Order: sequence, then structure tokens, then C-alpha cells
Amino acid sequence: MLKKKIDHIIQQSQTHGWVMEPDAKTLLMAAGLPVAAFTRAKDERQATAFAEKIGYPVVAKVISRQIVHKSEVGGVIVGIETPQALKAAHARFKGLPGFEGMLVEQMLSGVEIIAGAVMDPQFGPTVLLGIGGTGVELYNDTTLRMAPLTESDAKAMLGGLRGGCLLMGYRGGPAVDMAALVSFMLKFSELTLYLNSRIESMDLNPVICSSNGCQISDARIILAAE
Amino acid sequence: MNFEPLFKPRSMAVIGVSLTNDRHPANVIYNKTHLRYPIRVYPVNPRGGVLQRETVYRSIGALPEAVDHAVIAARAEFVPEIVAECIAAGVGGATVISGGFAERQRDDLQQRIATMAREAAFPLVGPNCLGIYVPSVLDTFFLPTERLVRPEPGRVALVSQSGGVLVDQMVKFAGQGVGLSMAVSIGNKAVIREIELLRYLLDDSATSVIAFYVEGFGRGEGRQFVLEAAQSCKPVVILKAGKSHQGSRAVSSHTASLAGNYAVFSQVMAQHGIVEAKNELELVAFCESLSCYQNTVEGRVGIITISGGHGALASDACVQQNLMVPPLSESDRSTIRANLAPRLAAIAGFDNPIDMTGSAVDDDFFAAANSLAQISDIDCILLLLLPYSPGITADLGARLSQVQRQSGKPLVAYVPHVEKYRMLIEGFELNRIPVSSSIEGAVLMVAALRRCRPC
Repeated sequence: MLKKKIDHIIQQSQTHGWVMEPDAKTLLMAAGLPVAAFTRAKDERQATAFAEKIGYPVVAKVISRQIVHKSEVGGVIVGIETPQALKAAHARFKGLPGFEGMLVEQMLSGVEIIAGAVMDPQFGPTVLLGIGGTGVELYNDTTLRMAPLTESDAKAMLGGLRGGCLLMGYRGGPAVDMAALVSFMLKFSELTLYLNSRIESMDLNPVICSSNGCQISDARIILAAE
Repeated sequence: MNFEPLFKPRSMAVIGVSLTNDRHPANVIYNKTHLRYPIRVYPVNPRGGVLQRETVYRSIGALPEAVDHAVIAARAEFVPEIVAECIAAGVGGATVISGGFAERQRDDLQQRIATMAREAAFPLVGPNCLGIYVPSVLDTFFLPTERLVRPEPGRVALVSQSGGVLVDQMVKFAGQGVGLSMAVSIGNKAVIREIELLRYLLDDSATSVIAFYVEGFGRGEGRQFVLEAAQSCKPVVILKAGKSHQGSRAVSSHTASLAGNYAVFSQVMAQHGIVEAKNELELVAFCESLSCYQNTVEGRVGIITISGGHGALASDACVQQNLMVPPLSESDRSTIRANLAPRLAAIAGFDNPIDMTGSAVDDDFFAAANSLAQISDIDCILLLLLPYSPGITADLGARLSQVQRQSGKPLVAYVPHVEKYRMLIEGFELNRIPVSSSIEGAVLMVAALRRCRPC
């Protein structure tokens, strides 16, 4: 865990109360967590250059301090197949409030989960694992543990999900790399414990899990009120 | 902090007795202690005088000895000074019955007594509480003795933030024949909180199960509590009030909205091997069962019944509690059949549940329970005994308890709690076999053994 880098990002984000996606992802990488390949593109040219490098399809997301829930304002476009579509996304995002740039990211497929953290008033740092994506509140299929997790806690969490069968390879689908998911949760718990009362909550949603491991696709860290 | 003088006092002062009103809480406590407990008790009131031909002392300092325990029932604004006097006089500990502190926005008064007590390592229960009940030793509840239902001395310690809930639980514990080692109402928990009592009770040889009724922990207090309870070699049972309260968290993140206070509470308890009771029925059942057995089972239940219907209801209840009722192998079934009286072979059912029918007598139950206890796939035996059946005698409880002592496998019984079956029930309970008055309760007793993870 690169603590100096993590501390620096938290410090920088203090003024607006939360850590925006690109910074949150940099922080998570500093904590040793796997993040889907991304870049912060200032203009169309940088965006298309990165997309060429990692290969289409890609995901484009707006970067704005004023937008906490990006998908609710049309700030996320998935499945972009061509440079033209990527440029069109850029043009659209420019019209959104507080536009600062565009994030271009590798498009992954797999089971979407949420890994979350919250500072519980009675129990302190607590982590959550759930069947995720935008429907996370709808399914409400989550499990919680006080941090730090032990390996058996992490395994019990996976077993405690009603939708856990999705991870085991539901109806012939490939099973998720469970060892990778357990080690993901352990690292995430370690980070949660490290950040502790400096944060109010943390959403890694979705984290996309497949037989190739888990990659964080979106992240948001809400800082504690000072 | 030394809790001995507080919980096992030989001398006591009751501060704030009234010279005119015999129903004053302090007078109720003074009277019951004076008349019923082996404690030297002194009434205290700054005006002095005489109460029931006894001298009323003007202050704690005026007593002929430094008492072990002071019960303080004076008005809140006088309490800080009284606590200071108690500490100066070398009193062993205090219970502050009086209200009018943090619960009435007088955090300042509460803070003053808490600071003094902590600095002096002076054990103090309350304020705003009923205090302490230790069977045959101490009772600071300001409720007249004849109005209280007092459970027998036993192995369960009950700690409650609410005095009202505590008294009500004592009624339920008494009704189910669950004995108490101690009951403590901690009220505003200014000094002695759940964690201090957990530590004390872990070392208390009279206690084998520690039960808590909790409304909420203070900031960070819950974390420390569960970490220590997880190390506990005694089962810890907890009942939480305020499950539906969601708090007023901003829904700025998914996690914050998904991790409601109660969801976190419940799962953190399970994570640390603390047995959460969802309601009072569960609390009583869990405490009774865990006071008899402290070994964890996986929950493969063998059921013996005299009625097919009861067997089916019990199986349903087991499934609901994630317990298994495994089918028996052909060889196990024939062993059981061979051990019963020949007349049962044609009419009894030898699947799990084993349906003994109304023709079974004590010997058959004993044989069936012994056979089940030998089956390695069964780790707990549930007996559904309906003493309407003429073959069952009052001696069966004591006799079946031998099966548990011989095999080490936990045995749990359901017997309707009717006065005329008392000897059958006591035959179980006095031999440390838990008995429930309902099928559901008996199944909960088994569930407690699966959920408990003592060290």
C-alpha cells in the first residue's frame, strides 16, 4: 500500500468532500487493488488515442466535481465501438455541468458486484459485498462484516449472498476466480481500515468479476465531514 | 475496578430514604434489604431522625463503617456531591437509581459523576436504572418484593439498558424455569457499560451464559465489545431494540444506504460468534439451551415424537432455522426397531422423525434416544413428549437425561408447561436438559447450539 500517495489524494479532495472517479481509481491502485485500464482524456485526440491502444469497445464517463451520480445524468456511455462514437460522447459530455474532461476505460464483461465501505457509528470501519451494478439497491443482496476481514470472513461473505450462484458459474456461465475475489476483499478491508474515520463511505460499483479476476470499473469515496 | 463489593455486599447504605413516604424507591430498597438479605443496611437522609426504630444517618461519612455498596436515590442535582462523599468515605461502589441525567439533557451532571468515579476507580451502576439483582444476595430494584417474579438462582447473567425490559425478562425466565446468576440494569451507563460487565462476567464462576438487551452502543463502543466477546469462552446472547430505525444518513453512497444500522449490527454479531436473539422468545430459549450446553453442533437433528403431526411441525421449524433432519440409514432404522418393544415394530415410524405412537412406554423412549445417540450422523436429539399419552411416566425426564450424560449429545425437550407435568419437566431441567413449552422454542434451543461459537 502506497500510503503517501493515498494520503495525498485524500488531502487534495478534502475541499469538495469526495474523491472523484479518476482520483479514486488512482488511490485504489496505490492500495494494490486491480482497476480496469483507464485514462483521463483532456480532448478527443487523447481519448481516441487511448481507445486505439487498449482496443474498442470502450466506456466513456464524464469527469465533473458537480456530478456524484454520473449515470443519472447520462454521464456514462458503454459499448463505444468507433472513434466517431467516442467523439460524439465527448461532445455530449461537454454540455454537462462542471465538465472537466472525459474518462475512457476498458470495457469488461463479467458479474457485476459492489464492494463498499462505511464508517459505522457503533462498529467503525465496516465492509459490504453485494450483487452490484446500478440495480444494487433493488436486489438488496448484500452482506456486511466489520473490518478487518479474515480469509474465512471473506469466504463466508461470498457464501452469504443469495446471488452467490452467479459467481459460481450460473447456468453454464464461467465461474468467477474466487481466490482473486477473496484476495480483493482482504485488500479492500485493509484499505478501509487504513482510511478509517477519514472517510464516510466508499463505493466500488461495479467491480467486474470473471474467470480472469476482478477489476474495479467505477469508484467513489465520500470523505468524512471535517 | 473491583466489582465484588458492588455485587456481593455485606453492608449497604441507602441514601435518600424518606421519613414520611414508605413507598419512596429508597424506602422500598431499604425495607427489602433490611428484611430479606444478609446485609447490614443503613438508611441515610441529611435531615437525620428515626425510620422504623432505626437511626437515620445524616451523611455517608456519619455511618459506623465504610459500607461496600451505596444505593443513591436522591435528586439528580445532589448526586455528584453524594458520589464524592462515597468515594471519600471509602465506599466500595454505588448504584445510582435517580433519573434526571443525560436522558433529561443534564449531560453535565452525568459527566461529573462519571469523571469522579473513573478517576477513583469507583464502580458505579446507572444513573437512571433499577440496579442489581443477585438471587439471595442483593436486590436494589425499587419494586416491592411481592410484586416481582424472581427466577431461581442459575447460570445466566442478564444485562439490560432498560430496567423495564429486565424485569419483564425475569418474569419470562422464571416462567420457563431458566435461572439467573445476576440481573443488572445499567440505565444511562455512565461508568459501567456492557463491556465492563462482559469482562466481569467472563470471570464470574456462577455465570455460564451472558445475555444483553442493548438499545445501542456509543461511538466505537460496539467494536470493542464484539472483539472481546469473540474471545469469550462463554456464550454471549444479545437482543437489540430499535431494529427498524434507519437513522438519518445521507444517501450519498450506495453503501451508506445499504448498510443500515441494524443490518450492520446483526451481521457484525454473527461475524463474532455472538448469538443474536431476534425477539424475547428467542432470548429465553437461547439462554436456557446455552446454559446447559456449550458445545457447538452442526445441527443434524434426530427427532423423537409420539405424534406424527408434532414431528412434521418440528421438522418444518428445523428447516426454517437451517437445521437438518437427516434421513436414517436402513441399518440404523433396523437397530432402532430391534431395540423397541415388539408391539411397536408394526405401528411406529422409523424415519427421522421417529414416530413412537401413543403405545410407547418409558423404556421405548429411553431405547430410541440411546439408539439415536449412537448414530454419528445425528448431533442433537429433539424429544417431543406429550404426557397425555398413558405410557409416559413422570420419571421419564430424569431417565432420559442419562442419555445425554452418557453420550455427550445435546438433548432438548418439548413438554407442554402445565402444572401437573411439573415433575416430568423438573426431571429434565434439574438434570440440565433444557425444556421448552413450545415446539418452536425447542427448535430455537437447538438453533442456539449451532450458532454459538465459544472458544
